[in-house]
This record gives sequence, structure tokens and C-alpha cells, in this order.
Amino acid sequence: MAEIAIKAEHLSKTFPLGERNEFKTLRDAVIGVASFSFLRRRAEPEMVTALVDASFDINAGEVVGIIGRNGAGKSTLLKILARITDPTTGRAEVHGRVGSLLEVGTGFHPELSGRENIFLNGAILGMKRAEILRKFDEIVSFAEVERFIDTPVKHYSSGMYLRLAFAVAAHMDPEILLVDEVLAVGDASFQRKCLNKMQDVGKEGRTVIFVSHNMPAVTRLCPRVIMLEAGRVAADGASHEVVTSYLKSGVGLKASREWDKNAKAPGNDVAKLLAVRVRTEDGAVAEAMDIRKPIGIEMEYEVLQDGIVLVPNFHFFNEEGAYLFVSMDVDPEWHRRPKPCGRYKSTAWIPGNLLAEGTIVVGAALYTIKSAKVHFFERDAVAFQVVDSLGGGSARGDYAGPMIGAIRPLLKWETRPSVE
Amino acid sequence: MEPAKRIATFVIAPARGGLSVRLKELWEYRELLYFLIWRDVKVRYKQTLLGASWAIFQPLFTMGVFTLFFDRLAKIGSDGMPYPLFSLAALVPWTFFSTGLTQSTNSLVGSSNLIKKVYFPRGIIPAAAVLAGLVDLALALVMFFGALAFYGWWPGMALAILPAAVIWICIVAFGTGLWLSALNVEYRDVKFVAPFLVQIWMFVSPVIYPASRVTQALDKRGLPEWLYGLNPMASVVEAFRYSLLGTTPCPASFFVAGAVVTAVLLFSGIAYFKRMERTFADVV
Repeated sequence: MAEIAIKAEHLSKTFPLGERNEFKTLRDAVIGVASFSFLRRRAEPEMVTALVDASFDINAGEVVGIIGRNGAGKSTLLKILARITDPTTGRAEVHGRVGSLLEVGTGFHPELSGRENIFLNGAILGMKRAEILRKFDEIVSFAEVERFIDTPVKHYSSGMYLRLAFAVAAHMDPEILLVDEVLAVGDASFQRKCLNKMQDVGKEGRTVIFVSHNMPAVTRLCPRVIMLEAGRVAADGASHEVVTSYLKSGVGLKASREWDKNAKAPGNDVAKLLAVRVRTEDGAVAEAMDIRKPIGIEMEYEVLQDGIVLVPNFHFFNEEGAYLFVSMDVDPEWHRRPKPCGRYKSTAWIPGNLLAEGTIVVGAALYTIKSAKVHFFERDAVAFQVVDSLGGGSARGDYAGPMIGAIRPLLKWETRPSVE
Repeated sequence: MEPAKRIATFVIAPARGGLSVRLKELWEYRELLYFLIWRDVKVRYKQTLLGASWAIFQPLFTMGVFTLFFDRLAKIGSDGMPYPLFSLAALVPWTFFSTGLTQSTNSLVGSSNLIKKVYFPRGIIPAAAVLAGLVDLALALVMFFGALAFYGWWPGMALAILPAAVIWICIVAFGTGLWLSALNVEYRDVKFVAPFLVQIWMFVSPVIYPASRVTQALDKRGLPEWLYGLNPMASVVEAFRYSLLGTTPCPASFFVAGAVVTAVLLFSGIAYFKRMERTFADVV
């Protein structure tokens, strides 16, 4: 049985809105006391609820992502677990040394040199002097600041500063690591470095709790995700499912959509759209798709008039709304051949290792090319999530960082000794 | 079952006040205290022209002014000592106290970025602010012994209690610092109050004048001498003078009163600080 690292029971936190205290200054307090206002009923200050009844267990060695919209309570939860602030009610048991990485460079002093700041920052993060001494060289080379190690950090470029700050934090080894949005700072190469380091930390069997808005990063690093919504734990489970439902709640699209034939089904008197579905190889309707596997997009429609050549086609967009590509039905069996009245299912198969990870929105349409007639075009019919986990077999290889690009084909690579 | 690893376990629950100081935890964070003191010491005189000699100039200049006005003009008395030595023996610890108090008052607010982002026992911050002054105090004491030699005066056996006097002044400064720093988080007025408080406190402590002036006045009215000792800094300054100059000390009851008030100050400070501590991150 796995050991429990964190056991949270009904954690809640409320803040008074705006000014914490009725008395803003000592003067007001004195006046308040002098006018006996404390005898009167105080107006209840407006309270903001940041976290409501959050309960969960996290086993030792688990890497758990926490997602949610701004103000959903992610940071509050992390701060409670880091003991920076107290819950209003509820309790949590934490087994293990906790390292919190809520910001890089906490406590850096601009007047002190890089060397001095490594020791100071290390101590603030809870590292022992001996431990810092042992890892000193490693930290310096990770940060790539060897030449400037005795220069006050106020003369550092912001990139150097960040690298040094992250290097210190990355070299502490607590049993439980809490990380908040640290990756939102710095340039792309720095973010990559952070992600790869986090990946290593997870592999070393330590417990990691990772708060982020970066969904691809979350799915990649965390097998399990907890979703917060308005302070509540809205979902807790396998990252693909939770992330998909999170994204879906944002896009408002599912992997399957059906229309009532008689009511408002898209279409005209030639044909009507009945359903669009996203299927895996095995035929299951699913939102999360493995990047390595083929993805089937299925369109079900009813043909109402005989004698017309109909060409189903799909349109693909990514989450930024970029038009990725269009695919026309090129099945030779129906090439220039009219479909008799009746119901049809046309499926297009997207090969594995083509789409990049992220949300893909699919539009479904039915054309008659000769007359340039569009019978229906449902632009945002369905959506699904392409997930590129580090299982191997995708274009990512062992690389854990963010990958740019609208497509991600797996190419054949060859390297030979060059004889020249 | 695997052999049990040593795993630190703690429970997170709503804050309570009280006096339970987690000494074990404080001990675990001793290196952080050390590094914060070291940072304050290192940074204090960066980009100053005279550097650490400020630690010497401050009490020395004040002594010059006091000697001119209170000794030459006001003839305030110094229990038969050369007045410069007499006032310097009090100004050296007083400078430490006043710096420690002002620094610790602003320490929590000044470290808000730390408090919001990392956990550690918060009391370390005002403690480091007070203790960072010890380096200055040591420098000032060296200067003081130079002045003693200049006047051809030698401290007696009472010098042995100097460490106790230093510990005592640290406790008074820390106890007051706990109160003021925690209050300052809630009411930013406190940062204006602190310098004013230090000033008033100096006038009611025997820095400029001998404690005997006050105790004699109390005697005349039939009041016990220990009443003056209720100002813990009166006791502390007297203890410093006794140890550095070998002056005739005030009666024991005077020091006992000072020690009792010091203890009350420290423990009430801890209790108040502990009550406020867990919400610092929400307010600061």
C-alpha cells in the first residue's frame, strides 16, 4: 500500500474582502474604542471564499497537477499546504519535508553576489548549509553564471537572475515539492529547462504538486489532476480526462454531438446533419486522443434527395482558431456517384503522429462540387484533445518541454558517420 | 512494511495563539536565522562612505553633544565619573537598542515577499533584525574600551556580567520588537510610532542622567526605588554602566523589577506574535 504524503480534510479558507480590519489605522481604532463602537454590532465584513471543503489524499511519489480558472483557489490551496497561510476550517496532514516553489528568487538581495544569494536563498528555501555547499557547483553550472558568481545580482540580466534563482530552487530535495506557475516566467529555453527538471524530480519518486495554466505541461507531467472550480474540488482523476473536461468547459464542445432530425439539424432539403463523433481506433467515442494513434472523425447524415453527388468534408482548427487543414471525402467507391436517399456514416481517419497536442476543433460540411452548393457546414461541431505523453513513439522523443508548431509528424531520422 | 523512514510530519489546522513555541522547529531553522543576520550585516553598510565606522560615530557624536549640553551647561551629574565615559557607557547599549527596535519594527513589512512565498517560523525575522546589531555593538564596545584607556579608567570585576547585560538588552529589544513588528503588519502607523517611542524611552531611561537622580527622588517621596526598575531599559542601562564602569549599582529590587517586566514583555510579545503570525501572509 502506498504511503500517504498529504491528507487534506475539508480545507476551507475565507478572506475578508478588501480591508482586512474594520480599523484601517490606529487612529480609527482609537476613535472606534473611544466612541464605544465596539459595543454596537459590527457590520459583517464581506467575505471572499477562496477554498471550500477541499478533501483529497495524495500518495508519496505521486505527481499531481492542480488546474482551474483564475480565482478558483489554486494558489490558496498551495499556500495552505506550504503553511504560508492557515485554513479557516479543516485540517491537513503532511508527511515529509515540504519545499515550496511559489516564486523563483524569493529573498534574493540585489546587493549580494550570486554566491551569497545562493546561500541566502537556499537557507530561505529550507536547505542546510552543508547541503548547499555540496550542491554549489552543480547549481552554478545549471544556472550558467560561473563568470559572474561574485558579482552583485543587481548587475545580472533578468535571464541570468531567473536562471540562478531557479537553479537554487531546483536543487533542493524535499520529499514534497509544491510548484506554482514558475514556468510562466522566462524565455522559451528557460521554460524548457524548468519543465525538464520538474520531469526529473517526478521520476526520482518525490511527491510533486504542480499548479499551472499550461495544459500541455500538466498532462505531460502529471498522471493525476485535481480541478478546482470556485474553490471546490470539481474533478479529481486521470489527467487526460480532467484536462479534457476542463478544456471542454471552456470551449463548450464535446467529442460527440447529435442533432434531432426534425428540429434544428443543420442542412437543407437535400441532406441533414445528424451527428458528428470523434472515435478512437477501437471505435470508442473519446475526448482525449493519444497523439500516436489514428483518430476517426465520423459524420452521420441523412440524404433526402436522390441523384445528387455529395462530398462530405471536415475542417480542422486548433485552439487558437488557426485553420489547420480541410479533408474531402476521396473514397473511390463514391467517386462522382450520387448517394440514394437514406442514412450514411462517413468517417475520415487522421493518422497518428500528425496533429500537435492541444485542442482540435472540427467543422463538418457537405458539398456538391459541381453546383458549388453547401448543404450544411457546422463550423464548431466537435472538439477533442490530442495528448502527447512521454511514453515514447511520438515526435517528442524524450524531450519534456513545450513544442511549437501546428502539426507534429513523426519523421524518419537517419544519422551516419560522415566520411569526408 | 519497510523500515520506517524518518519523515517529518505536521498538521495544518486553523491558527491558535498561546505560548507553545516549537523550540525544535526553531532549532531546525537556526541556519536561516544565521543567514538573515549575516545578510543584514552585509547589506547594512553597502554603498556608504564610512561603512561600519558608523557604528562608532553614532554613540561618539551623541556623547559629544550630551557632554557639551548636559554636563558643561546643565551640570546634570554623573555619580563622580568623567561625564563622557558615563554617558558613553549608556549610549553604546542604547544605540544597539534603538537600532534593533526600529529595524525589527519594520522587519516583517519589509520582508513581505518572503512571508507570502515561503514558510518558516516568522519570529526569526524580528530576531534577526535585533541580532544583526550585535556586530555594531561589538565595534562600539571596542571603541568604548579605547575611551576607557584614554581616561586611564579600568573596569573592575563587574565586567564579567557584561555578557548577561548583552543578553538582557537583546531580550528587551526582541520582546518589544515582537509586539511592534506584528502590530506594524496590521497598523502601519506603528512605523511612525517606533522612532518616537525610542526617543521618549531614552528620556525616561538613565542615559543622560544617573539613575540615582530618579531613585533619590522616589526615596524623598517615600516610594520604593524598584518603581524605576519597572522600566526594563533603566535596569539594562544600569547593568551596562555597572559592568563597564564599576559604578555603585542600584539595589537588587531595582533589577528584579526590571527582570520581571522583561519576562512579561517577552512572553506577551510571543503570545501576541503567535496569534497574529499565521495571518501575516494574508495581510502584509
